[in-house]
Amino acid sequence: MGEMEQLRKEADALKDQITAARKAVQDTTLEEAAAGVAVVGRVQMKTRKTLRGHLAKIYAMHWATDSKLCVSASQDGKLIVWDSITTNKVNAIPLKSSWVMTCAYAPSGNLVACGGLDNMCSIYNLKGKDGNVKVMRELAAHTGYLSCCRFISDTEIITSSGDCTCILWDIETGTQKTSFAGHQGDCMSLAVSPDFSYFISGACDFTAKLWDIRDGNCRQTFAGHESDINAIGFFPNGQAVITGSDDATCKLYDLRADQELITYQDSSIMCGVTSLAPSLSGRLILAGYDDFNVNIWDSLKAERVGALAGHDNRVSCIGVSADGMACCTGSWDSFLKIWN
Amino acid sequence: MSSNLVVMRKIVQQLRFEASINRVKVSQAAAELQQFCIQNALHDPLLTGVSSSTNPFRPQKVCSFL
Repeated sequence: MGEMEQLRKEADALKDQITAARKAVQDTTLEEAAAGVAVVGRVQMKTRKTLRGHLAKIYAMHWATDSKLCVSASQDGKLIVWDSITTNKVNAIPLKSSWVMTCAYAPSGNLVACGGLDNMCSIYNLKGKDGNVKVMRELAAHTGYLSCCRFISDTEIITSSGDCTCILWDIETGTQKTSFAGHQGDCMSLAVSPDFSYFISGACDFTAKLWDIRDGNCRQTFAGHESDINAIGFFPNGQAVITGSDDATCKLYDLRADQELITYQDSSIMCGVTSLAPSLSGRLILAGYDDFNVNIWDSLKAERVGALAGHDNRVSCIGVSADGMACCTGSWDSFLKIWN
Repeated sequence: MSSNLVVMRKIVQQLRFEASINRVKVSQAAAELQQFCIQNALHDPLLTGVSSSTNPFRPQKVCSFL
């Protein structure tokens, strides 16, 4: 068909235009620009707490905004809310479906959410009147597994799915507000910008996309990885995105220059990145890998400056608390560890 | 209308949108990332290290009345 041929040509021309426009602003590299900055000294952290209680692989964890409580999800079919300082279990929530892949803590501390192979996002109210934690809503519409979820507020949550889309939900009515379609592979992970106006998604099409939460549009697409993107996060100033992939590398993409600025890789690292989190200043990137370790990278110099070794199986999730005081790792070995 | 055509039109429309954004020079973007890191370095506990007296996760050696 004539129009199809025309559209294909236009698509190719536009891709070339984007490549050229990115090159046109590439007056230097982050490596060159940071040449005068000294590499961070060796970072050594110790396990301060071990959170024991799950009976199977831990797939996800998320800090509460108070930097004290955190929630973890395990395929033992439980969501546990921990006091990370005392190591006490504040809540142990039994799930309808044990095939959980993600969990999230609402910024208010009132709600937690989880989901997985049931294709649903279940919202639990931690502050119910009678003290019991109950399912408040079951958000169903995805036609694939729930890979990640993040609250915007007590009334809105964003989910990413193996059905290649992300959805913004109205929790009160349990309905979809906006669907974000465009990825051509399972969406594996999402992160919300510090000002709550954008979110980024990483997918099995090897790209990361920046979405405007209010108008539903994809603003930017970042390519470069050579395999699935499993982990994604915002640089703390909200101006850059960090991704972690099965290709064994992490990358930093700047939103305003619209391009990759640097890759965090080492020839000795040959296994996939499962999770990542930046430190408070963004200078350190902590990344969990399939080889049971966490590597700590100097974000400006792309050098490995430390490692966290202590888990006996894959590190599946990692998070830095809001006050930057500690890093929490969750593993297939069923334990969570708090480090600083 | 074939769905392939609809999909292709959407792809082209999206590419047009992405092509039209304003881009900042890498030198400026890199400088701002560096500046943010440096400005916040002293307030980054994982970077500076946490002394045992201010570490909420370090076991307390002093008993206190509850």
